[in-house]
Amino acid sequence: MVNHWIIVPVVLPALTAVLLLFLPRESVVSRRVVSVASVLALAGISVALWGMAQQGPQAYAVGDWPAPFGIVVVLDRLSALMLLAASAIALAAVLYAIIGWDRRGAHFHTLFHFQLLGINGAFLTGDIFNLFVFFEVLLIASYGLVLHGGGAWRLKSGFQYAAVNLIASTIFLFAVGLLYGITGTLNMADLAVRVAALPAQDHALLRVGALLLFVVFAVKCALVPFHWWLPSAYSAGAAPATALFAVLTKVGAYAIIRMHTLVFAGDAAGISGTLQDLLVPAAAVTLVAGAIGVLGSRSMLQLASYSTVASMGTLLLAAAGLGAEQISAALYYLLHSCLIGAALFLLVDLVAAGRGRVADRLLPEAPVPQALMLGGLFFLCGMAMVGMPPLSGFVGKVAILDGLRGTDDAVLAWAVILGTGVLLLVGFVRAGSTVFWKAGSAVSRSDTARPAARRAGLVVAALVAGTAVLSALGGAVLEATDATAAELLDRELYIRAVAPAASSPES
Amino acid sequence: MEMLVASAIGILTGAGVYLVLRRRTLTVVVGLTLLSYGVNLFLFAMGRLTIDRPPVLTDGGAPYSDPLPQALVLTAIVISFGMTALVVVLALRGFLDTGTDDSAIREADMVRGFGPRHLGTEARKD
Repeated sequence: MVNHWIIVPVVLPALTAVLLLFLPRESVVSRRVVSVASVLALAGISVALWGMAQQGPQAYAVGDWPAPFGIVVVLDRLSALMLLAASAIALAAVLYAIIGWDRRGAHFHTLFHFQLLGINGAFLTGDIFNLFVFFEVLLIASYGLVLHGGGAWRLKSGFQYAAVNLIASTIFLFAVGLLYGITGTLNMADLAVRVAALPAQDHALLRVGALLLFVVFAVKCALVPFHWWLPSAYSAGAAPATALFAVLTKVGAYAIIRMHTLVFAGDAAGISGTLQDLLVPAAAVTLVAGAIGVLGSRSMLQLASYSTVASMGTLLLAAAGLGAEQISAALYYLLHSCLIGAALFLLVDLVAAGRGRVADRLLPEAPVPQALMLGGLFFLCGMAMVGMPPLSGFVGKVAILDGLRGTDDAVLAWAVILGTGVLLLVGFVRAGSTVFWKAGSAVSRSDTARPAARRAGLVVAALVAGTAVLSALGGAVLEATDATAAELLDRELYIRAVAPAASSPES
Repeated sequence: MEMLVASAIGILTGAGVYLVLRRRTLTVVVGLTLLSYGVNLFLFAMGRLTIDRPPVLTDGGAPYSDPLPQALVLTAIVISFGMTALVVVLALRGFLDTGTDDSAIREADMVRGFGPRHLGTEARKD
């Protein structure tokens, strides 16, 4: 019995996006209804898929062509978990967008669903060239979303963002071409089998291909030295778009974890070791750079952007470890980071609108309307981002620190994570006190300030409540991520699900 | 032939990288195009360079030309074509809106609207 639900997270946004194009331009309400209904359905399906994924990896052969000749879509715990995170963030972003952001430019909802199509496809695909194609789909949509609203800033940062990602895409193609040239396959499970059995003379090319691939993923997840595009693109983008972008950086992290545990597992051609040697310092520097960025931010958007960079550093510091505990902690932190990243960008949008002319700049100004609600939410977001109890940032960091205990990089990782925690704390405290406490000293509120819609506050509050739930149910969530990590490390399960014949290497 | 193809890929990629590192947007666009030409040739060559061979496997194990990279190149060409069109539009709009093709973001450009509510102020700039 073929499980057709696996392909639905890819097909549904595609159909919705096309349907949205056909809706009359004036009819804002119908677009909103279709868009929200589709995201809700996607969320429901993601929950159902998480349930199905408990039985182990399942492959769906598109067009019933057997792997490795046809294209496969694979559901396992990791992809189901990522789908869950993506649909939760998408729901929050779309609910925020329908308050008004979606009317500031054409085709917001269409682009939004194309982006979801790319994100979901990237999480589900079991084929490395399709990973490239889905990356391109999500990028094309994200170029559109960065530009949503228009203006010189968005045009210029959109150009920079597009240029950086096009270069990354070119490198991706070089890497895919190299891997195909040596192994003769693009199917990830088949690739895993063939990479392990590769003769030694091809190892040099394989290493080049593998490392080029990781450069691409590093660009996606804003790893130092490829992190420069993020603050610029995320600062200029429309708030609901940047909220969804919180998942975008995680696509890079997902791809690193997937490739690391599946294709290049077992230190084939020494790739795993090399990668770990590169990834750990790069993640540590990313975390430090993010923390320094937070400390030096002159605006709340910069603060939010650099704290995203810092959280990617934390995540990859754990994910580089490759033990079950590290991966599990990294996945927990990934869920947390999605939620809090989205919450922070939406909140900054609300606060900046309430402050009028100074907008998001970290300068004293008359109190924001609804200062208690916004200030309270900022306080909670800051606590979660920095990793203070009781929100999920704390649980995530404890899990990561615990997971890294006893590894070779433990001293470095502990020092960096704990040290940057202080920097982040100072950065957030400084920003919060400037925006919310020094407020009374300024003369008068500029007349462009406007109170935030209550619904918008509710969306942010729901995301923050999500991190609280993630923290309260920390034990259960960590058990789920433990199971995910265990499944990832037993890559035979995945290979057997995709290509039963391929699991024994040919002689 | 190997030498010719390899040096063509190298020159295209090298020129592309040089142009991409320039500061002006339109040069960057040309650089991106050259890079995508380079990578398309590279992908094509990954199916091994063969002449006059059928793109199908035969029972006798006769030499064949791998059709898969050609399909990949086709996909890559379509994607890079669309992407190039997009960045050309971005570069042009940037030039027309700001009067310069400098890709750097100036302090004066950093103006944007905030807030979930649509008040019609931002849309009018379009």
